[in-house]
Amino acid sequence: MSTFLGMPAPPPRSPYGTGNLRGDRTFPAAAHDELRNGQLRRNLGKATRTIRGKRLHVTGELPDWEALRDAGSAIKTDTMNRLPELLEQLERNVTERGGTVHWARDGDEANEIVARLVRATGSSDVIKVKSMATQETGLNEHLESLGITPHETDLAELIVQLAHDRPSHILVPAIHRNRDEIRQIFLDEIPGVDPRLDNVPAHLAAAARAYLREKFMTTRVAVSGANFGIAETGTLSVVESEGNGRMCLTLPDTLITVMGIEKVLPRYQDLEVFLQLLPRSSTGERMNPYTSLWTGVTPGDGPQDFHLVLLDNGRTAALADTIGRAALNCIRCSACLNVCPVYERAGGHAYGSTYPGPIGAVLTPQLAGMHAAKDDPNSSLPYASSLCGACFDACPVKIDIPSMLVELRHQNTEQSGTTAEKLAMKAAAAVMGRPKLYTAAQKAAALGRVVGGRDGTLSHLPAPFSGWSDSRDTPAPPKRSFRAWLASAEGAATMRAAAEEGARHGDDHQEEK
Amino acid sequence: MTTTARDTVLGRIRDALALAPPSDTPIPRAYRTGRTLPDGERLALLTDRLVDYKAQVHRCTTDRTAEVIAGILRDRGARRIGVPAGLEEHWLAAYDGEIRRDSADIPAPGLDALDGVVTGSAVTCAETGTIFLDGSPDQGRRALSLVPDLHVCVVDLSSVVAGVPEAVARLVPERPTTLISGPSATSDIELERVEGVHGPRTLAVVIRTDA
Repeated sequence: MSTFLGMPAPPPRSPYGTGNLRGDRTFPAAAHDELRNGQLRRNLGKATRTIRGKRLHVTGELPDWEALRDAGSAIKTDTMNRLPELLEQLERNVTERGGTVHWARDGDEANEIVARLVRATGSSDVIKVKSMATQETGLNEHLESLGITPHETDLAELIVQLAHDRPSHILVPAIHRNRDEIRQIFLDEIPGVDPRLDNVPAHLAAAARAYLREKFMTTRVAVSGANFGIAETGTLSVVESEGNGRMCLTLPDTLITVMGIEKVLPRYQDLEVFLQLLPRSSTGERMNPYTSLWTGVTPGDGPQDFHLVLLDNGRTAALADTIGRAALNCIRCSACLNVCPVYERAGGHAYGSTYPGPIGAVLTPQLAGMHAAKDDPNSSLPYASSLCGACFDACPVKIDIPSMLVELRHQNTEQSGTTAEKLAMKAAAAVMGRPKLYTAAQKAAALGRVVGGRDGTLSHLPAPFSGWSDSRDTPAPPKRSFRAWLASAEGAATMRAAAEEGARHGDDHQEEK
Repeated sequence: MTTTARDTVLGRIRDALALAPPSDTPIPRAYRTGRTLPDGERLALLTDRLVDYKAQVHRCTTDRTAEVIAGILRDRGARRIGVPAGLEEHWLAAYDGEIRRDSADIPAPGLDALDGVVTGSAVTCAETGTIFLDGSPDQGRRALSLVPDLHVCVVDLSSVVAGVPEAVARLVPERPTTLISGPSATSDIELERVEGVHGPRTLAVVIRTDA
């Protein structure tokens, strides 16, 4: 039954101060420090270069790649249009097949639901499949505060967890670490690891296998995310590589899956599109090693206690934005991160959110807002882009990220109220509209040369213009304005010479004919 | 009356769609579906993909099934193997090691003691080198083909289809389904692919060309 009564109300963003959708400083401030980390830039440059090459190879070999993108984009848009009925259908089918469906208005509510379900099993440990949704809600921190130990089982998530670090990439959360750093983390943090462990990736993977094997065999509760939830059948899906997902989805008695409400797909058939788009866009493989599809509970196979937690946490707020809602179409492949010149240099931590890179710069403000606090770091995210458009070209579901960034910049300016910069622009408009006043102002500006540095730039303008000069150098005003120069004898002579030169060239062209 | 989270979230979605009314979106499905390829091409394509994933590929005719499976298990030194309850018995006629028929009451750590597992398969996609297991009696529960370090999987060429849409069309959605494309792997260290993490580190595929 609908609770719709009278005027529709704008849905709330993810509550301020919860989860991991906001950094503690602006993008430029964070990027400033990250850019000084030469090791980070080398690691990121190498990794993103590798993945870009792979992705181009496997997307280029499909003659119908563009048709798949068109279909994927339309399926996701259609899904958002029909979200209430699809979620109710998903809920009905999961329930009919023996699962239990829970709804969470925000991240804290999702965390509480998961914690309550874990406690009901009596287990003090959970094994986790890599999940963006639970990273977003800060589930691990919540479980730890209650004395429940979450064990990340994806290799990169394990590296991040052991290093007490934060993920910096959607697909490869430890992309900022190289093999030597990972070796040291394992030596420091894995109990009983062979002290002769070297930095060969295969050996590091083997060390993780040995460490996690016992956890898989003994932990009775798992928490996962979901790549897709099929409304038509109640089928859920996890796409992965290592087999840690299969372990978590198969071996425990209890499985708790946390899924953002935008991850629902209408039909089982739609998998034929997304199982082509996702692996080729994310790891640059024709298919990822393992994908699991399960529907409720299957007697004699896998967890007999299955819970699905459907998470809002600002997604409905994004849905209420005609342009911004396209961010919900994201399938978390991370192709946009790998092609982004800004991400490649600044790295994922600079964005401050679970979702970094171009998609993070649009999705994070949609979910959590840009003005929830004074000097909200999220308000800097729409500017973390050169608007080059590489992300749009790479996106398998054709999310027009550059247009969304521009729209968010507009919204940011509109929402940020009357700033000194805004007043200055208004004043400039008034002056430029009146030629006499403009000429007078230019004469006055020439005085600005006096304060210009030796390289002819002004690096610090006085208030109210300091906001402008914080991130840009301003060329010192010229000695005289163009208009003043044009009116002088020197200007007239130069213009005459240019005209003669132009006439000569015109003759040349005629001769060539 | 307290409002449930369910009512609140569904109400918010309806509010959002009322505030920003969606436009009708037709779904163009111009991508390739219903493709067929001759036996030889499907076999060549599948083999190429499996080799690329560093899976072992063995081709044989139906009458040599037992011989080929026994050879793989012997070469890998597998002395104790698990099989799903419904696996054809004669597939293991040439194997002289210990065979454990699986049942749901064997706990997962018990499977860890196995050297390998032999299963059939439901359908296979040639273009991506993906084998689909669906829990049928010759494939068993999911844990069985996951925990042991060696997975010998029999694929009949007649069950190999050209592309992903053709494979998805053959699935039964309600069955627990696992897509396997090579042995387990990770690209988490410097995005360099390494085969062999938590799932079987060796995947041996026996393609029966006349079945």
